[in-house]
Amino acid sequence: MTTSAFLTDSTLCIGCKACEVACKEWNGVAADGLDWSGLSYDNTLSLGARTWRHVKFVEGIPEAGKGGNDPASSPWNFSSDVCKHCQTAGCLEACPTGALVRTEFESVYLQSDVCNGCGYCVVSCPFGVVEKDVEDGRAFKCTFCYDRQKAGLTPACAKVCPTESIQFGELQDLRERADRRLTELRRRGVEDASIYDPVDSAVNGTHAIFIVRGDQKMYNLPPNPEVPTQYLRTGWTSAAIAAGALLAGTLLAFMGSGGKKI
Amino acid sequence: MSELPNSSPDALPAIDKENRLVLIQREALAFVPSGVSPAPRASAKNGYYELPMLKEPSWTWEIPLYFFVGGAAGGAGVIATVAQFSGASPDLVWDARRLSLAGAFLSPVLLISDLGRPERFLAMLRVFKPQSPMSVGVWVLMGFSAGTSTANLGEWLAARGRFETLAKLMQIVGDLGALVFGLPLATYTGVLIGATVIPVWNRNVSLLPVHFAASGLNAAVGLLEIAGHRTPALQWLGMGSAIAETGIGVMIETRSDPAEEPLKRGPSGWLIRLGGVLSGPVPLALRAISLFSKRGRASKLRRYAAISSVVGSAITRAAWIHAGHVSARQSRPA
Repeated sequence: MTTSAFLTDSTLCIGCKACEVACKEWNGVAADGLDWSGLSYDNTLSLGARTWRHVKFVEGIPEAGKGGNDPASSPWNFSSDVCKHCQTAGCLEACPTGALVRTEFESVYLQSDVCNGCGYCVVSCPFGVVEKDVEDGRAFKCTFCYDRQKAGLTPACAKVCPTESIQFGELQDLRERADRRLTELRRRGVEDASIYDPVDSAVNGTHAIFIVRGDQKMYNLPPNPEVPTQYLRTGWTSAAIAAGALLAGTLLAFMGSGGKKI
Repeated sequence: MSELPNSSPDALPAIDKENRLVLIQREALAFVPSGVSPAPRASAKNGYYELPMLKEPSWTWEIPLYFFVGGAAGGAGVIATVAQFSGASPDLVWDARRLSLAGAFLSPVLLISDLGRPERFLAMLRVFKPQSPMSVGVWVLMGFSAGTSTANLGEWLAARGRFETLAKLMQIVGDLGALVFGLPLATYTGVLIGATVIPVWNRNVSLLPVHFAASGLNAAVGLLEIAGHRTPALQWLGMGSAIAETGIGVMIETRSDPAEEPLKRGPSGWLIRLGGVLSGPVPLALRAISLFSKRGRASKLRRYAAISSVVGSAITRAAWIHAGHVSARQSRPA
């Protein structure tokens, strides 16, 4: 069993959005509007039910040396975002129907024919990836091109990427490749590059890792993504105490008053 | 922008055309960026253009209403069973059972209405996942429905003098089922929203089950009092839940965690406050006064306390869901 993964190298991304287009074409995902957001060249704004690859156009606060020769111009990075396919996935734990499953490629796959649109995965994803399609009524997210992987093909986004910013492969290989790339970037003087791979968080690492420049929070990448399951013990303990109090109180009220009517 | 004459330029005299150019230039100048761009920037503090990191809950209005209905039904189930075994008036037992039954039937209707199609509800009955509070909850609801339906059917048979032994057994088993599943039904919704990534819910994962249990009991007692019941037991239960709600309200108001802001500020904050006041201090005061009032007046005061509690309970559920939406919109990587 292999662990498929994406390594998305933002330092190579040219913001062409070919990955968004390829994803939509291959997976038959509907258009998600033609509204201008006014936020750089990003008009899809986030991953969602109809955006499974999303190119961020990250314009930061101007800082001398980061935005080219003009000290007043802002650093501008592109980064193609995608479902992280967490090692411990909040959505998968939360799903009450079993629609979300772990595939033989270790990816998290949402079976649309089982999904009932309860929306519990939506509030269980620490990355804000999975979303309920209001028209369809079910939740959708990146499939990691499960159908293509089954046939031995590369996911559509990785295949079309013209700069190999999106790389597809085995997780450990890609982690090593990311380390080598980071060393290379540092050697070239790109001091602000870093790898996003939250291994030491509740998700126990993701199957989509990223190389980004600047603060990772600028990319809306949480430093410490949480899996809601970790709060179950606290929640159920509290529920047990509440239930105990409810029962004790009711018993006390009825036994104490003899249940008689005034 | 409104300065531009709306008529066709060709219809205007030459001098007006010239003035028009001046107007156009003035309007265009308004768009020349001066200094810093007004567009938000990506930063460590604001994340990606101040866009939310998390998705808002996708639930429709049926879900907070279900929280209220399920909570009240669970509370009523517990009351019915305890009242039955403690020898309370049969009227109270019957009404509490009917309230449970009504809640047990309304709940799936609300859930199906949120899901969109009836068969989607069945998708949740194909598996049981202990690690998913949603899955646990749906099975608790099923168990509760089975219990309260059995108890009600047993009572119906008994009232007609048919299958007397079976009818009696059905009432006992059904009541026990309503108790065993009613307790989690009144509390699990707190775990359901507490064990999510929505910050304001997540911070309150240990408070929410207690809060919702008190709220559910408050609503059940209130509904039974509105139906005309005035037993001391209900008065004490109403008092107890109102005290709990008051305490929880004070707790929420006095804490200062930035993630708790949706509970205090803006429309969601006021909704939380309104629900809290109607569930806690108002019924508590009315009930306290009723203890020292004449019988007719006391009964009326308890009725007002009951109405306040029921409305407060419903508002509390809506307020928490609303606060979750606000919290998700405010979410940034931290």
